[in-house]
Amino acid sequence: MTAPLVELRDVSKFYGNIKALEGVSLEVHAGQISCVLGDNGAGKSTLIKIIAGLHQHDAGTFSIEGGETRLANPRDALDRGIATVYQDLAVVPLMPVWRNFFLGSEPTKGAGPFKRLDVDLMRRTTRSELLRMGIDLRDVDQPIGTLSGGERQCVAIARAVYFGAKVLVLDEPTAALGVKQSGVVLKYVAAARDAGLGVVLITHNPHHAYLVGDRFVLLKRGAMSGSHARDEITLDELTREMAGGSELDQLTHELER
Amino acid sequence: MTATAPAQAPAPGDKAPADERLLKTSLLRRLLGRPELGSVVGAVAVFLFFAIVADSFLRASSFGTVLYAASVIGIMAVPVALLMIGGEFDLSAGVLVTSSALVSSMFSYQLTANIWVGVLVSLLVTLAIGVFNGVMLTRTKLPSFIITLGTFLMLTGLNLGLTKMISGTVSTKSIADMEGFESAKALFASQVTIGGVNLKITVLWWLALVAVATWILLRTRAGNWIFAVGGETEAARAVGVPVNKTRIGLYMGVGLGAWISGQHLLFSFDVVQSGEGVGNELIYIIAAVIGGCLITGGYGSAIGSAVGAFIFGMTSKGIVYAEWDPDWFKFFLGAMLLLATLLNAWVRKRAEATR
Repeated sequence: MTAPLVELRDVSKFYGNIKALEGVSLEVHAGQISCVLGDNGAGKSTLIKIIAGLHQHDAGTFSIEGGETRLANPRDALDRGIATVYQDLAVVPLMPVWRNFFLGSEPTKGAGPFKRLDVDLMRRTTRSELLRMGIDLRDVDQPIGTLSGGERQCVAIARAVYFGAKVLVLDEPTAALGVKQSGVVLKYVAAARDAGLGVVLITHNPHHAYLVGDRFVLLKRGAMSGSHARDEITLDELTREMAGGSELDQLTHELER
Repeated sequence: MTATAPAQAPAPGDKAPADERLLKTSLLRRLLGRPELGSVVGAVAVFLFFAIVADSFLRASSFGTVLYAASVIGIMAVPVALLMIGGEFDLSAGVLVTSSALVSSMFSYQLTANIWVGVLVSLLVTLAIGVFNGVMLTRTKLPSFIITLGTFLMLTGLNLGLTKMISGTVSTKSIADMEGFESAKALFASQVTIGGVNLKITVLWWLALVAVATWILLRTRAGNWIFAVGGETEAARAVGVPVNKTRIGLYMGVGLGAWISGQHLLFSFDVVQSGEGVGNELIYIIAAVIGGCLITGGYGSAIGSAVGAFIFGMTSKGIVYAEWDPDWFKFFLGAMLLLATLLNAWVRKRAEATR
């Protein structure tokens, strides 16, 4: 079996005397979706920031394709093939869709002072790439802020796929979306997986996770409270474990009439 | 890179490169989407107003005067607008112009060097102050308002203090008889006649700056980064945009503008008053805002800043041609700023709603 695209082993992160994350392990394989589940404050965003290169881990190992590494910054992560799509800051709302699509990796033509954006290529590619993902835009010049939340997520995912990401990290892609929009986004997540990417899906919704996930890591108060492959666990068990097992029993008892 | 994401079958007919639905976007609507539209409407209104109330406003010579007044502000409004699109302010921009003139004049005078040596040293100094502002901003992460307010006060003090210390008075010595003065004056403060209208060379500097800035904003990677950094800094950082370098570059742009303006100031009068420039930073910002720059960043244009500067020029000179008390100028400027901002907000809302 080949080495996982990304592997975290016993990774910890401290902010001063606060343990944000302790002893978390996670594997991401090509063509699979690894879900990270946890309630608010469980350490999901800290985990994301380590994988995305925004923060460095303080203990444990972080390997990319078998080689231990330490990412210096988000650019470094992108260069190593790890693309992160954040829930709220995936795009620049006032900029046109095509400028957003290529932001940070703009193709140019010409040389010297006449080196300029290849606007034609950018417009055409944006249109065709989004069409492949099933988003049919009327006008790639419209500010991306005028798209719906789901469409924006999809643009960000399409962008990561186009730029050759091997690992796609999705931060609560369905959190702010309605049922239908969530379904659309999950379909693109599955599409990215089928394209051979390794996906890290961060969510607090076990139903969404179970729809597409191949393995599940549960976080609780900064520590790992469970790690399961899909065939080891049912949706009910996952939901139960996520909600904190005995706590849920107690809640059921309390609310019973 | 290829991906084999299964596209959902799009509706038939949508594969044509030109979408038939695009026809709905008329030319008018496209214009409505431009950031400078509100300011153009405002400029036309101001022009008509003064054309009616001031008889001498429509003469060719008046036009040259108006353009000159506009260019002096416009040269600085361009980099200030870029900076504002990038989400930051520079309150030191006004006095930096004076600093630039002072450095150039005093360096050449004290070392009895060729004027051009002072001119180049001045460029290095203004760029260095731009870098200082930018690095302070990116390192301390304090608001640019505070950082540049500090630079503004320090420069104001330095301008006065150093000039007094070196020249003994609050103005510099005349450098009109020094080597290189004529050629430098030709570049920064001469007149050209185009189509029977006498134009100060600053008008050409101004137009060139607007053209270059528009090119940078709309057709280069740096321009894309400026919009992104001002619009949503964290999103820009997350996709690998060099946020800090972009900001420092923008402050260096203000330094460059201040250098050109400062050299003009020096070579049109050959002496410089060290207390000048205070308050101008707000006028540059006003020109940029009237021109459609969003004060919170991420939106605006260099052409808009030029229109804003033009409105400023028309108003400041129009009041003179109408033979009113020039004391009223500030009132008009303030009213114009409010009206333009409201108009811009309204236009943008409409443009977004009708898309």
